[in-house]
Amino acid sequence: MLEREIVVVGAGPAGLSAAIEAAGAGARVLCIDLNMRPGGQLFKQIHKFFGSSAHRSGTRGIDIGRMMLDEAEDKGVELWLGSTVIGLFPGNKVGVRHGQDGTAGAFVTVHAQKIIVAAGASENVVRFDGWTTPGVMGAGAAQTMVNVNHVKPGRRVVMLGSGNVGLIVSYQLMQAGCEVAALVEAAPKIGGYAVHAAKIARAGVPIYTSHTIKRVVPDESGRVCRVVIVGLDDAFQEIPGTEREIEADTVAIGAGLKPTTELLALLKCDFTFHPVWGRVPLHNRDMETSQEGVYIAGDTTGVEEANTALEEGRIAGISAAAALGYLSEDEAKARKDEIWARLAALRMGPFGEKREQAKQDILSAFDESRGGLAAV
Amino acid sequence: MCMRVENHVVLDTAPSGRLVTITVDGQPVEAFEGEAILAALLAKGIIINRYTVKKQEPRGLFCGIGQCTDCAMIVDGKPNVRTCITPVRAGMVIETQNGLGKAGA
Repeated sequence: MLEREIVVVGAGPAGLSAAIEAAGAGARVLCIDLNMRPGGQLFKQIHKFFGSSAHRSGTRGIDIGRMMLDEAEDKGVELWLGSTVIGLFPGNKVGVRHGQDGTAGAFVTVHAQKIIVAAGASENVVRFDGWTTPGVMGAGAAQTMVNVNHVKPGRRVVMLGSGNVGLIVSYQLMQAGCEVAALVEAAPKIGGYAVHAAKIARAGVPIYTSHTIKRVVPDESGRVCRVVIVGLDDAFQEIPGTEREIEADTVAIGAGLKPTTELLALLKCDFTFHPVWGRVPLHNRDMETSQEGVYIAGDTTGVEEANTALEEGRIAGISAAAALGYLSEDEAKARKDEIWARLAALRMGPFGEKREQAKQDILSAFDESRGGLAAV
Repeated sequence: MCMRVENHVVLDTAPSGRLVTITVDGQPVEAFEGEAILAALLAKGIIINRYTVKKQEPRGLFCGIGQCTDCAMIVDGKPNVRTCITPVRAGMVIETQNGLGKAGA
């Protein structure tokens, strides 16, 4: 069995920042990712980030990704790409299908003193009639195609969902040369930031609020060729007679994301159900789960955005390194307090407040579950 | 039909790998070495990667990041390869997968 001090699962913003912090403190870190290149979803975010200068506002995600890769290399982080973590087992064992691509690979077990899971999230689907038809895909999938693979997923796209993902990806599909035939939103108003919505509106994309997709119709080749949308009433029920057909070969679904938590469930970490984030693992202010030595960061803890993922990753990396003795308790605490303050600043405003509350709820639930154990 | 992104306002979309030939269902297809197999096929307008086990329904690109397995194909004789996270190499033989991709299935 291979031995590593810290294994980080996922080389996205949370995983990379955790690896950089821990390796910077002196720990020997192995970071594992199933993709061919590290950076997670940062490399598809070609728009400029919001926030304060401490959070690199005005910088594109893709450039933040490049800076982080350089830093990880500088700090000596070991990186396994094209490698899938298939399980976490008692005794801090990490099962990995190791390989540079999906066609070759051996199964190896790595024993880690500390494990940091930053596995990200997966896209939600909307199950309208025909949702499995080729041409229907996640909004993130469409974004990956144009911004990472530089291939258009289709010529004419209907976007379902007007959160920031739906809005930003609609714009980026247009930047790549696709036509956006319509933006469809079930709620009576746009979900994401007005600044992103305004770009879509200025480009002349028809926006259908209080509408959803009723079905898609394939052509002879099996691909989407028409999308039928329908109006919704205040109770989100279809209004008969309001169907409308849109010609399109692609549907992108931007209906939110859910945390990727299977590895933590395998380890029997304590979970809670939170109305904002769904079923998520409990963690404390060190980002440590109910399993000692197992930390989490980023979307795995509840879906937010790249900046909060970066900050949580830093906390997890500092905590794991400190637990191994690479940082004094005082130094680790001072640095973590600073980061928690920056996180609180990121979780302000109408969009951030409910995430701040959710995070506080989860920290409290962790304390309660520990208190419960102590009382036994 | 070419679906590649060109002249992008933010991105440099010049391919980084060399142009190679792969075989897709018996036909030669040009692709860039190192790009995702799925992307190479999509660039040529090929969107169906497999047919389902029970109802033989077509499936193609859905998540694009190795999670959903809708883009699984037979690569060099090996079934269930996630083409969205598997890079192209010169001479690869790719087949549309029926069901579980076993002989006779």
